[in-house]
Amino acid sequence: MQHKSLTTEQVRALIARGKFRDTLFQAVGIIFLAIGLLVIFLLVSDMVIRGAGRLNLDFFTQFASRRAGQAGILSAWVGSLLVMLVTAFAAVPLGVAAGVYLEEYAKRNWMTEIIEINITNLAAVPSIVYGLLSLGIFVYAFGFGQSILTAGLTLALLILPIVIVSTREAIRAIPAMIREGSMAVGATRWQTCRYHIIPYAMPGILTGVIIGLARAIGETAPIITIGALTFIAFLPPVPFTEVSPGVSAGLFDWLMSPFTVMPIQIFNWTSRPDPAFEVNAAAAGFVLMVMVLSMNGIAIWLRYKMRKNIKW
Amino acid sequence: MNSVTMTANKTTDLPTVSDRLAKNAMRHASERIIEMLLFAAAAVSVLTTVGIVYVLVSESINFFQNVSIVDFLTDTQWTPLFDDAHFGIMVLISGTVVSSAVALAVAIPMGTVIAIYLSEFAKPKIREIAKPVLELLGGIPTIVFGYFALLMVTPLLQKIFPELPGFSLLSAGLVMGIMIVPYIASLSEDAMRAVPMSLREGSYAMGSTKLYTAIHVVVPAAFSGLAASYILAISRAVGETMILAVAAGMQPNLTWNPAEPAATITSYIVQVALGDLPHGSIGYQTIFAAGLTLILITLCFNILGQWLRKKFRENY
Repeated sequence: MQHKSLTTEQVRALIARGKFRDTLFQAVGIIFLAIGLLVIFLLVSDMVIRGAGRLNLDFFTQFASRRAGQAGILSAWVGSLLVMLVTAFAAVPLGVAAGVYLEEYAKRNWMTEIIEINITNLAAVPSIVYGLLSLGIFVYAFGFGQSILTAGLTLALLILPIVIVSTREAIRAIPAMIREGSMAVGATRWQTCRYHIIPYAMPGILTGVIIGLARAIGETAPIITIGALTFIAFLPPVPFTEVSPGVSAGLFDWLMSPFTVMPIQIFNWTSRPDPAFEVNAAAAGFVLMVMVLSMNGIAIWLRYKMRKNIKW
Repeated sequence: MNSVTMTANKTTDLPTVSDRLAKNAMRHASERIIEMLLFAAAAVSVLTTVGIVYVLVSESINFFQNVSIVDFLTDTQWTPLFDDAHFGIMVLISGTVVSSAVALAVAIPMGTVIAIYLSEFAKPKIREIAKPVLELLGGIPTIVFGYFALLMVTPLLQKIFPELPGFSLLSAGLVMGIMIVPYIASLSEDAMRAVPMSLREGSYAMGSTKLYTAIHVVVPAAFSGLAASYILAISRAVGETMILAVAAGMQPNLTWNPAEPAATITSYIVQVALGDLPHGSIGYQTIFAAGLTLILITLCFNILGQWLRKKFRENY
């Protein structure tokens, strides 16, 4: 249609228009990216400015309180740390073992296919559903109650797909010659995995684990669903210390202790009508953001380093 | 098992090699055990799914013995904890649908444009910086986004629309949209980068601009991947909890207006869990019925996603 009657000027105009649209689109792309960056910046700076007055040592060493000015996050950060400990202890061995199985052992059959489809689908299940699962299974059926153990196991199930997928990706990147070399000198399949595959896949696995834990530490909904308390003014019992006269705590008593975690503390403070608590929420939010962003930062850095170093 | 018994027999016949054979048998046995342990670990994910289905369905069956399914689907009130109890799930679904629609209206255009920009226009250097930034944005805890929606976005929106209430689906949905952008951007970008270069080269050779090529060649070729990212985004939006619990208010409200506060399926579960409902009460059962509804909604979208992917998959 156009080719009949276009003059040179018209062609030039056409090209210019095309190039202008290209530039315009690029500008929109950059603006949208900038909005993402701006949101991170606004979030962090708002929490710093609002919470600055509370960000001192006392904030970390005091319990929650009815008075906003005296409330701290001691029980929350200790709780988060202990829950993460349980999560890591459950999710890392399970996830790595499942990843190794699927990559190194599994035969291509219907059972493997079911497991694979299942892992993909689990990654899309809303996190609050894990809370309901654990309310039915861990809290009531197993009788673990609203404890650190329950919370840790719930979050472990939640991040299991992340750990499995990253393990599999790390293993898949290891060339076949490594396995062949190991088996050629008489190693069994497991010895090959134990001494070659898993160590070489470690940086990739670690990246996945850190990303998973960063996700878990910020999760609120499943932990609220299992019925975690929002106001805790004591710490879980330290092993072998005296908890009541003549009775000392066992090594694992803390697992069964009631607890609160950082996100729940923030939620609690955010949902109070008294604006004085907003300051606390901001300060606690900042602490949580620093935890999560630094964990993600380490993971991104690890991945970057890995990409540079490994040349098979 | 057979090999084990065979080697055991040989052990008595040939004492000289018996040590090695016994060791071999041990090795076989321990290899078997390890393989079974690894399989058990992989099976945990299947058990998780079975557990989810079992818990949701069994508690929901208890619930539907007290409440008829017809009431559940058609009642226009949701007041499970009142004396005059009504169980109309549509009330919660409306909140979920409206907030998700707002979120997707933000996330799909933004995420797609960012993906096209990163895959077709951006220099490798910009891409290397942008992807980690997006990842960080996707890693921010949702409770922090909730705080952001309630204490920053809502006051900002109130300056533009003074009649906006302190809790609204609009501000929660907008922030949810920003939260979802990284998922769409990174998955769509992967899909578009997988489109072979020859298709683009063909288009450029015909004199198309980059944008024309992106929209008319790359996007259609990568459509199954884009669809998958949109479906994942919908699942995220429907299942998002804390942003809504903090910023959208938790009153059940049958509305299609984003400027109103309303409870969603997820924020209702949080609200009940915060209270102290006895195990086995009807209130306790409602959260499992709500959870089952949530899972069924996400399941529908996942099936739709599978279908879209099959229908639009392009092979090169």
